[in-house]
Amino acid sequence: MTLSKDDVRKVALLARLELDESEIEKQGEHLNNLLNQFEKLQELDVEGIVPTSHSMPVFNVFRKDEVHPSLSQSDTLANAPESRDGLFIVPRIIE
Amino acid sequence: MPQLYELTASELSQMLDRREVSSLEITEAVLARIAQVEPKVGAYLTLTPDVARSQAIEADKRIAAGERIGPLDGIPIAIKDNMCTKGIRTTCASRILDNFVPPYDATAVIRVRNAGIVTLGKTNMDEFAMGSSTENSGYAPSKNPWDVTCVPGGSSGGSASTVAAGEAIAALGSDTGGSIRQPAAFCGIVGLKPTYGLVSRYGLVAYASSLDQIGPLTHTVEDSALLLNVIAGHDPMDSTSLKVAKMDYTQACRDEVKGLRIGVPKEFFGEGVDKNVSYLVRKAIDQLCDKGAIAEECSLPSIDYCLAAYYIIAPAEASSNLARFDGVKYGHRTKELAGHIGLMEKTRDEGFGAEVKQRIMIGTYALSAGYYDAYYKRAQQVRTLIRRDFDKAFEKYDVLITPTSPTVAFKIGEKADDPLAMKLADICTLPVNMAGIPGMSLPCGFHDGMPVGLQILAKPFGEETIFRAAYAYEQSNPWRYARAVL
Repeated sequence: MTLSKDDVRKVALLARLELDESEIEKQGEHLNNLLNQFEKLQELDVEGIVPTSHSMPVFNVFRKDEVHPSLSQSDTLANAPESRDGLFIVPRIIE
Repeated sequence: MPQLYELTASELSQMLDRREVSSLEITEAVLARIAQVEPKVGAYLTLTPDVARSQAIEADKRIAAGERIGPLDGIPIAIKDNMCTKGIRTTCASRILDNFVPPYDATAVIRVRNAGIVTLGKTNMDEFAMGSSTENSGYAPSKNPWDVTCVPGGSSGGSASTVAAGEAIAALGSDTGGSIRQPAAFCGIVGLKPTYGLVSRYGLVAYASSLDQIGPLTHTVEDSALLLNVIAGHDPMDSTSLKVAKMDYTQACRDEVKGLRIGVPKEFFGEGVDKNVSYLVRKAIDQLCDKGAIAEECSLPSIDYCLAAYYIIAPAEASSNLARFDGVKYGHRTKELAGHIGLMEKTRDEGFGAEVKQRIMIGTYALSAGYYDAYYKRAQQVRTLIRRDFDKAFEKYDVLITPTSPTVAFKIGEKADDPLAMKLADICTLPVNMAGIPGMSLPCGFHDGMPVGLQILAKPFGEETIFRAAYAYEQSNPWRYARAVL
């Protein structure tokens, strides 16, 4: 299958990447190349094979629900591009 | 008489114990070496000489008081720049994290500090560990100390370069598809990717969480064991870290391979593998057989599908992990006014390099509605088949031995425009991460003046068997004494 430029734009939006026209073109070409290589996987019979999401057999790792010290508000905000009064500042969302 | 910066951690450790040298003298020797060769090699992104000196002085006080913490107390090492270091810039070689100063330490970093190890600085890498040459660094490529026109490999290329150039006695790297082992092979040193879950990933900036693992880069097998001793062990902060009994891996460094069963998987010696590389690897296997090991050809039939499956799974996880870079909480934010979606889109467009964008795009596509079953799920099913192949092989063999990389280090720029050729550089290492098993790259000679590495694999938590096989080979060969001339 082949992705059109519009398909690529849709993926870029999902990925929150602003790509200009030349990047859309390049990414499209790259994606289509990879998808061609992925075709090889369709050769395999995987009927009934359980997918592996994680190579070690550990599931549901729980710990006691206890309060531990964590990062302070000022440490947490120290790397924020913009903060004020202990809050992360973002652009206005509702006009 | 070798220089201090050319010695191994275990040699320096014995000298410290005998009070023949101080940690500060070792640290100053390495810092002077850095000043001398770093302009040629470009292995570091951030240097912390003041931190290193004060840690060395503290180590010397402990040694003087007879309170040396352990064999690596006072030994200077380098840390890959994707491990969080409190108060020290951590960039992942990405412009998006150019000004990021972590408020906490990665668990591996805490363990290194608690062992008294001196930390010299943070090393260059492919951006977010995505690449095989460090050419994808958002700053500049690192150079291979054996030939500065060649790449050091990647993504832990900076870490491998520091060790090979004498700019650190050892280093920590991370390995998602070969990122410790392939640069170790290219730079003529020892690189270990431990079993998934043996070393905590807490504070390691995530690329592909189900594949990432931290490990040591060193001159010798024994140094690798010493550093693994420090970083291995369960961590409640990483729910994928496993509870395994703490052990001393140096005990496994014994020259004793009689009866060791070696499998030689034919898929790793096929087309695309340089015949000079396979020759040296086969010669090494013969040497182990001369010492009493038994080798036999075997097959891992699903390996042919690994590259495709890896390049779905790793980008899929990356697209999810890298969603956190939104220009709000930390890192770069665009200066343009663009509304809330535009803020993210522009921030990410400005902050990420081309390779990272490509992997986010393919991962997003593979996970998107309607394509999940055809790509991501199928890739995970292939992952099951790969793991089964390994499980079956390890019923019969104690270790598998393969080349680490199909070729020696390539020229800077040679594969930059050929993404498939670049990805093939990892063809021998990817399956190991997919299966979660441990793997080590070990120097096994030179071709055209460039180092060649072999790869030793074992079943999950079979690190001891790897150390034993690797040590036995290493002791009968001169490679551990070879140092790059810069």
